[in-house]
Amino acid sequence: MDNDLSPQDKKDLDKFIKFFALKTVQVIVQARLGEKICSSSSSSPTGSDWFNLAIKDIPEVTHEAKKALAGQLPGIGRSMCVEISLKTSEGDSMELETWCLEMNEKCDKDIKVSYTVYNRLSLLLKSLLAITRVTPAYKLSRKQGHDYVILYRIYFGEVQLAGLGEGFQTVRVGLVGTPTGTITLSCAYRTNLAFMSTRQFERTGPIMGIIIDHFVERPFPNTGHMHACDYRATGEEDGVGYPGVEDSQEVCTTSFSTSPPTQLCSSRLSYQPPMPGAADLCYPAALNSTNPHQMVLPGKEGGVPLMPPQPCHGTQAEHGRVSSCPPADPGHHLSGSPSTGEDAETLSRSGEAKTACRPEALETTFTRKVGAFVNKPSTQVTTTGLDLPFAAFAPRALNSEENDPMVHPPESPTTASPLHGSLHSQDSVDSAGQTQDDFVMVDFVRILLFHLQRSPYILSLCVLCLFTSPSIMELQTSYSTVKILLFFLLQKPAFSKDDLLPMDLGTFYREFQNPPQLSSLSIDVSAQSMAEDLDSLPEKLAIYEKNIDEFDAFVDTLQ
Amino acid sequence: MNCRSEVLEVSVEGRQVDEAMLALLHTILLHRSTGKFHYKKEGTYSIGTVGTQDIDCDFIDFTFVRVSSEELDRAIRKAVGEFKEALSNSGSDGMGQISLEFYQKKKSRWPFSDECIPWEVWSIKVNVVNLANEQERQICREKVGEKLGEKVINIVEVISRHEYLPKMPTQSEVDNVFDTSLKDVQPYLYKITYQITDSLGTSVSTTMRRLIKDTLAL
Repeated sequence: MDNDLSPQDKKDLDKFIKFFALKTVQVIVQARLGEKICSSSSSSPTGSDWFNLAIKDIPEVTHEAKKALAGQLPGIGRSMCVEISLKTSEGDSMELETWCLEMNEKCDKDIKVSYTVYNRLSLLLKSLLAITRVTPAYKLSRKQGHDYVILYRIYFGEVQLAGLGEGFQTVRVGLVGTPTGTITLSCAYRTNLAFMSTRQFERTGPIMGIIIDHFVERPFPNTGHMHACDYRATGEEDGVGYPGVEDSQEVCTTSFSTSPPTQLCSSRLSYQPPMPGAADLCYPAALNSTNPHQMVLPGKEGGVPLMPPQPCHGTQAEHGRVSSCPPADPGHHLSGSPSTGEDAETLSRSGEAKTACRPEALETTFTRKVGAFVNKPSTQVTTTGLDLPFAAFAPRALNSEENDPMVHPPESPTTASPLHGSLHSQDSVDSAGQTQDDFVMVDFVRILLFHLQRSPYILSLCVLCLFTSPSIMELQTSYSTVKILLFFLLQKPAFSKDDLLPMDLGTFYREFQNPPQLSSLSIDVSAQSMAEDLDSLPEKLAIYEKNIDEFDAFVDTLQ
Repeated sequence: MNCRSEVLEVSVEGRQVDEAMLALLHTILLHRSTGKFHYKKEGTYSIGTVGTQDIDCDFIDFTFVRVSSEELDRAIRKAVGEFKEALSNSGSDGMGQISLEFYQKKKSRWPFSDECIPWEVWSIKVNVVNLANEQERQICREKVGEKLGEKVINIVEVISRHEYLPKMPTQSEVDNVFDTSLKDVQPYLYKITYQITDSLGTSVSTTMRRLIKDTLAL
């Protein structure tokens, strides 16, 4: 009982408990400010650091704690509680945890107050420092900012745990026996935090330009004395700056990390020395550096600026240029570090240059060609000067354009393949119509062959593409295209100036692009020819019967 | 007096070993360090102030508190670095144990050297796992963070039992109890040792112990 305790010890004990309570509140609130706490050790005792620990005193917090205690001390049945809750920008609030400093009747009479109790209280504060970083609310508090803020409330008396929801967990920080009772410090925390926090973030997007007086109102009557866990680090040490007795909430002015909880990676990085754009790009940059091919985008834009500007000499030179495209790019673009956004982009570009050379090469060739074949005489004249493979050929063809039945076939061929169709879409000016299509088609064929020489699979793919065309006209075009493909497969390299080809590719192609209709497929208007055909059938059959022996002998030779 | 022995076990990925060990060792040392003693006349002394700082882990979703002492941090990091190196050199098994032992020195008469009597030993068993892809690593970050949180709660629970602690020494005895070499804090005398278990799950020391026991039993 108290009789056994000397007055000095009693006085000391009361002082210890009072300051312990105040320091407990400081540790808890500071741990929920949302920033890392740092204090320095001092070997020479200053005399003002209670429990030999450098715990800063935030004046507002001390004020609130003293107000709650109202001159009393935590004792048996009189607990001091710090309630930590979360409040969203929409005004919803949820209790996260309640820290309780309680006292029970179990006394330790033999303990030395001024020495052992003091040291054990110091140990308990250290344990509190460690535990406050472990409960789930810590992570939430580190990410407070736009979407929500963390509030604290200090009350004295009965412990209220109802707001923590079902299934709340309790962790005991520690206990210290004293001659007047055992001080216990524990924390009850809500467990279904993860669900709640995700729900909060899903509902609320980032709020831009938050108004300062948004938080001044008291929305909930039962959350009296709620205070924001924030602290203006500058200039309020003297206790002058804290607001008066009214329960106004303060706005977050310190910079908090605002990244949502799914981006754990980037939020961690935001605490390191900042790199421009690093927080957003760390994840894709990491992907790029480890596996650049994963970020390959189907090649629309990668290739064009990478092509050297000089014109080609003949088709072989063009093949040569295309083949030089992949080795040049990696050397050019991978020298930068993948940490900045710009380089991440170029990495992905060069990645796509490496793996997606074919569509890129196709792309570049056609963007180059489009301008060359605009149907204007002036431009056509200049195309000869460009020393393009078709340059000599182009004006000739266009001059005889009106008379050439190949240029103006009866029916324009529809797209023979999906690729062909997309290539057509690249042509910016389609005024020449067929002529452009011819040259586009030839180019397409040439490029296809270039790659066919490397991969036989492309051939089968092309054949498949071409032969999936439903209409007969397309079939004819496909057939002619395949014929060309086969023809050039047998001749390597294709279309050099010194080729054994008796005629120019263009002429050859156009000739075979629109072959004359198959006689059996031609739709003759007159029914008479049909009738004649039908009548001639018996005669043909008679001839065949006469020669049946010859046919049999022929079949035998085949077997 | 018996030596108190506590064992903590964690499973971490290779790059998390450093931070996990630092987190646990620093948490223990936080509780086992005081401010510098300044002895005054008549056997009284005053104690310096211990500062603390929060350390965020890079590879684990965890923040721990350690004493603000660069010297102590350097010493712990060095020991953890050696442990990590030994772990990685040991082979693909990746199991080891690092021990933090608090001891008292007992002066013996010549020719016997000073005895080191441990009064508390914390053993942290580490199991290194290898993960295949980034998604698993992300899950591992969170899981190991939670596990470390549980270990911190375990440590705090042991500390709060307030079991044996060496008596506060007089000025002449202070070096037998505390490590007074640091200039800003004063932890209890400690030493960090480690052992790597081989792939058979036994360690060299246990094998030796078994051999000696078998020999003595004969």
